[in-house]
Amino acid sequence: MTVTGMPWLLDLLIAMFLLVGGLVALIGSFGLAKMPDFYMRLHGPTKASTLGVGCVLLGSLLYFSHQQAGLSVQEALVTLFLFTTAPVSAHMLAKAALHRRIKAVDRTRNKPFD
Amino acid sequence: MIALVIPIAMGLFALALLMNLYRLLLGPDMTDRILAMDTLMINTIALIVLADIRMGVGFLFEAALLIALMGFVSTVAMSKYLLRGDVIE
Repeated sequence: MTVTGMPWLLDLLIAMFLLVGGLVALIGSFGLAKMPDFYMRLHGPTKASTLGVGCVLLGSLLYFSHQQAGLSVQEALVTLFLFTTAPVSAHMLAKAALHRRIKAVDRTRNKPFD
Repeated sequence: MIALVIPIAMGLFALALLMNLYRLLLGPDMTDRILAMDTLMINTIALIVLADIRMGVGFLFEAALLIALMGFVSTVAMSKYLLRGDVIE
């Protein structure tokens, strides 16, 4: 890997984006593994993991915009696609779970069924 | 700095993938497994992008875009199947 001629501030910014993205995605997956019922588990991946992957993609966008001439549009395309599709898939999953009447823990509020 | 951080971030994403695999194998209901599969796809995108930066090739984003597309379509199709008993009515 050649990082020739990259300003130290940009280097630091990209490194920070990558590290923060990894940490936030790890927290989201930890929530997916440890939460007690499905409706709580849905929060972890759909919010935290999307933010984490968005951070990594932003760092990648900055890196490749510096390496190649001009703005790297492809990375922005992946980010845009991910940010538009994550709420849709989460909504579909929540609807499917409500339809199947999956059991919830007692402290999950606003249950539409008993 | 970037060369130092990329292996750490890859390790973090590998841990996240292991947690998703745990939920995928153990999930009590079908929706848990679908959610774990969706998260697995999203974390794989980040891992591919990190590998792209590390190798410095700059064309692996196409694979990332394909995986994002496949993950979204398969998640919606499986949710739709659970919801309605059919994918395309």
